[in-house]
Amino acid sequence: MLDTTHDTLPARAGVGYKPQHFSQILDTPGAVRWLEIHAENYMGDGGRPLAQLRHLAERFPISVHGVGLSIGGETRLDPDHLARLKTLVGWLNPASFSEHLAWSTHDSHFFNDLLPLPYTDATLTRVADHIDEVQEVLGRRMLLENPSSYLAFDESTWSEPEFLAEISRRTGCGLLLDVNNVFVSATNLGFSPQGYMDAFALDKVGEIHLGGHDEDTDDHGAPLLIDSHGRAVVDPVWALLDHTLAKSGPKPVLVEWDTDVPDWPVLEAEAQRAARALSLVTA
Amino acid sequence: MSVTQDQFRRAMLDPAAPVPDGLLDGADRPAGRRFNVYRNNVAVSLTEAMRTGFPVITRLLGQQNMDGLSGLFLRAHPPASPLMMHYGAEFPAFLEGMEQLSHLPYLADVARLELALRRSYHAADAAPLAPEALGAADPEALMQSGLTLVPAAILLRSPWPVHAIWRFNTEPGAPKPTSGAQDVLITRPEFDPIPVLLPPGGADWIAALMDGHSIGDAHTRAQDAAADFDLATTLGLMLQGGALRSLITKKD
Repeated sequence: MLDTTHDTLPARAGVGYKPQHFSQILDTPGAVRWLEIHAENYMGDGGRPLAQLRHLAERFPISVHGVGLSIGGETRLDPDHLARLKTLVGWLNPASFSEHLAWSTHDSHFFNDLLPLPYTDATLTRVADHIDEVQEVLGRRMLLENPSSYLAFDESTWSEPEFLAEISRRTGCGLLLDVNNVFVSATNLGFSPQGYMDAFALDKVGEIHLGGHDEDTDDHGAPLLIDSHGRAVVDPVWALLDHTLAKSGPKPVLVEWDTDVPDWPVLEAEAQRAARALSLVTA
Repeated sequence: MSVTQDQFRRAMLDPAAPVPDGLLDGADRPAGRRFNVYRNNVAVSLTEAMRTGFPVITRLLGQQNMDGLSGLFLRAHPPASPLMMHYGAEFPAFLEGMEQLSHLPYLADVARLELALRRSYHAADAAPLAPEALGAADPEALMQSGLTLVPAAILLRSPWPVHAIWRFNTEPGAPKPTSGAQDVLITRPEFDPIPVLLPPGGADWIAALMDGHSIGDAHTRAQDAAADFDLATTLGLMLQGGALRSLITKKD
């Protein structure tokens, strides 16, 4: 295990780590106080990815964010993938581990996307069982992230905030609140993002995400926002962050930018803006 | 009306399939083209993974052709694991099976070279054998010893000029490929894999070492394959690239 002293994420600004920013993060981190990595990119046996991660972990608290566990899958969790996560988390000893309320694998086929779930009692039991298993295998508490929704399931009987709160209650897991996802889902499905936040179990939130989205329209000409992580965070999402932080108090806030990744100063400026939002909040 | 993940998956992988009943917009109307967001995300992310994983094939075919081919490939071979670093392992065989690409018979081996570079990039770290370790050994005992390779060293043999094709499409000003077989050893001196062109017999010598033969036996085999095999040249390339892991001395 790496000997790092970062056992929690600070209630400061962080960014999703991209290898092209490696040197600049170490030389001019600016407002950035912690980093997040996608677990699956660091499951090779060696080489540059793991060497860079070792360097970064000496300087920064690291959040390991899984995108491939398929926690909402109808079938059992992939034991091989869970074992790989255990190896990575065991070696890195990160400040946080998180995954998504979504599925991505079916019949041993991985779709490389976060696919949606109906919010039913059956889904709740299954997801809670899978989270119990993850927390047991990893020997740590995990955070579960709210998804971006483009559609709803007729069969759903729970609202998303209540569904997540109940999973947290049953499993003891924390929640990762993606403010952009809330904005995207609220726009796409026509609910109030502030109302969502007011119903959310903010005391269980261990981390907040921000990111950029694209704009499209559906069959009826209604706005359809796509969670692309390919541009700057928009003003209404920053406003929703302020609304949320005013209720939740300071939290670790991460800016995600995964496609059309900008130069370091642009990403660092987004982190600065998150840091300013945090500076206005009292604990 | 409930939608199983199997129904969701089938509709997602087939753009012509109807959107499953029970998926709605925010006003309880059928989800319609909203479902295409998932179709697009899956197709686009896997197509991009293929483009990133096979940059030379993309260059050779042109991006539009490559994207079309990736669309066919990802339906035939969806990723079997969430480790996208390994995605595309079946691509060379897939290329070989494409009738309409039979006029480009070297494509599959170029794809194998690109896969091998990726495998090397993520391979386990290992301290390479220091040249002094060979210099210090008794020459006769040395010929009876074996050599192992570091995990990042990968041997690739081809009836096509794969090294020249790779260079021509990655290095500005590289010479135009001419016909002929080429053998390549991928080395990773630090973190960046390099395809090294092997001289005649070099691949035979390395393959024999990898099969557990002694340096001397491997030498004989290499000379059988190529009379002008020069051990010093191949050994030098391997030492320079940090491709050797350890010397296995024969215990009498």
